[in-house]
Amino acid sequence: MARITSLAEAVQSAVHDGDTVAMEGFTHLIPHAAGHEIIRQARKKLTLIRMTPDLIYDQLIGMGCVSKLVFSWGGNPGVGSLHRLRDAVENGWPHKLELEEHSHAALANAYEAGAAGLPCAIFRGYIGGDLPRVNSRIKRVICPFTGEELAAVPALRPDVAVIHAQRADRAGNVMIEGVLGVQKEAVLASKRSVVTVEEIVDELPERSLNAIVLPHWTVDHVVEVPGGAFPSYAQGYYPRTNSFYKEWDAISREREPFLGWMKENVLMKGPEVFAQQVRKFRVAAE
Amino acid sequence: MTDYTPNEMMTIAAARALKDDDVCFVGIGMPSAAANLARLTHAPNITLIYESGTLGTKPNILPLSIGDGELCETALTTVSVPEMFRYWLQGGRIKVGFLGGAQIDRFANLNTTVVGSYDSPKVRLPGGGGAPEIATSCGEIFIIMAQSKRSFVEKLDFVTSIGHVSGHDSRAGLGVQTKGPTKLITDLAQLEPDPVTKEMTVVSIHPGVTREQIEGNTGWKIAYAAKVAETPPPSPHELEVLRDLHARTRRAQEAA
Repeated sequence: MARITSLAEAVQSAVHDGDTVAMEGFTHLIPHAAGHEIIRQARKKLTLIRMTPDLIYDQLIGMGCVSKLVFSWGGNPGVGSLHRLRDAVENGWPHKLELEEHSHAALANAYEAGAAGLPCAIFRGYIGGDLPRVNSRIKRVICPFTGEELAAVPALRPDVAVIHAQRADRAGNVMIEGVLGVQKEAVLASKRSVVTVEEIVDELPERSLNAIVLPHWTVDHVVEVPGGAFPSYAQGYYPRTNSFYKEWDAISREREPFLGWMKENVLMKGPEVFAQQVRKFRVAAE
Repeated sequence: MTDYTPNEMMTIAAARALKDDDVCFVGIGMPSAAANLARLTHAPNITLIYESGTLGTKPNILPLSIGDGELCETALTTVSVPEMFRYWLQGGRIKVGFLGGAQIDRFANLNTTVVGSYDSPKVRLPGGGGAPEIATSCGEIFIIMAQSKRSFVEKLDFVTSIGHVSGHDSRAGLGVQTKGPTKLITDLAQLEPDPVTKEMTVVSIHPGVTREQIEGNTGWKIAYAAKVAETPPPSPHELEVLRDLHARTRRAQEAA
């Protein structure tokens, strides 16, 4: 049952050291503010799952919160590398990072299997390439009806899912519009969940009869964090700040400047900075 | 004759390969530029699909990421990511998939995972993303990649997604029924698989490019078709539309 709380309280209660955490949002609605709170609360030994690690996991990895990463595409979209992820994989800094690498199709299917309460996902994929050679969790199964050989991966069952959405009402019903990603599947597959939203409203506007993605009784913590997806975007609220994705390349390239930036912009700040980051878009829209 | 860059020639040649009734799975970067150039020139009815779930999108500017708001706002509809990969890609609804990579071999297998060994890589690349299943589920694959000895290699460090595997009928031998890479478009030439060996073979050379240049930028002994054409140069209209698209995109990104 949804509880409306502060971000600090939600992370304190839902995310523990050693947990398997899925913070989803496919380019759209990436829960950056919640990621910063996890860093501030100095969680350790997390297994992080995310199709596209993006800047949010680069930051968590560089700050030493992560011991294992489950992913399918680990770059800075349109820009290049995630330097903190690369430093961890190539040089073991700040410590060794275990990888479990998949394709997008595999992880999308695995979240869906988790939400559906199945032990594994079966799909037509991973044919001929090297990923099954380096990931022992990719198996083959034979269809009992046709004899076709198919790929199988274990269902994802995270301890906690963390997502960002546009709106919730006071009961905690969550509305998402635009690029939907895998957030619904990630929350339904997880034991616990934290949902940050742009705004909590008395009455949800009826923009679409299908826009409630998660009813209140499927989520645990709902937190209002305006701008909480910055520098990714929230359709209808603010666009993706592509310039920050480009700036991140320079900020994150070397260890000391990265740590300096994280101290100044994350460790010494709170979730309220996100509203300031997107304020100019609000003003422009009014 | 109009001046143009090798990159512009590559993008325009790739755009020409697309048809008005194609349904095309588009990746970010050069594939996205080529697919949208096709839509803005000879293929106004083409269906462009990005893996973020946007079906039939008509972006006015090129997206920086695969899920920019521009893609969703201009799309016919947007579906979830699991639905995209299950119903639309795996379901066989997509005719052409566009891929690129860090390394390619003579059978158009691609590496976007690591340079060096997997366990202690020299360079950790982003990884496969959608490519492993795009490569086998789309009706056919077009690859767009600039040529160099570093990227056109004798042996891949890692096979992220398959092309024609080890040639001849080895792809079909894995149970894959789609055609695989039918076109490889570079900044120097266009290649197609040999009908028998399935080795990617030069069928057309861009204007002003020599065979020595092609061979100097390929890590294997490259084969030529019996008849090699010259790629028609970019038309003034193609160049104008492409440059306008890039200029609009730059302006929008500078404003953001």
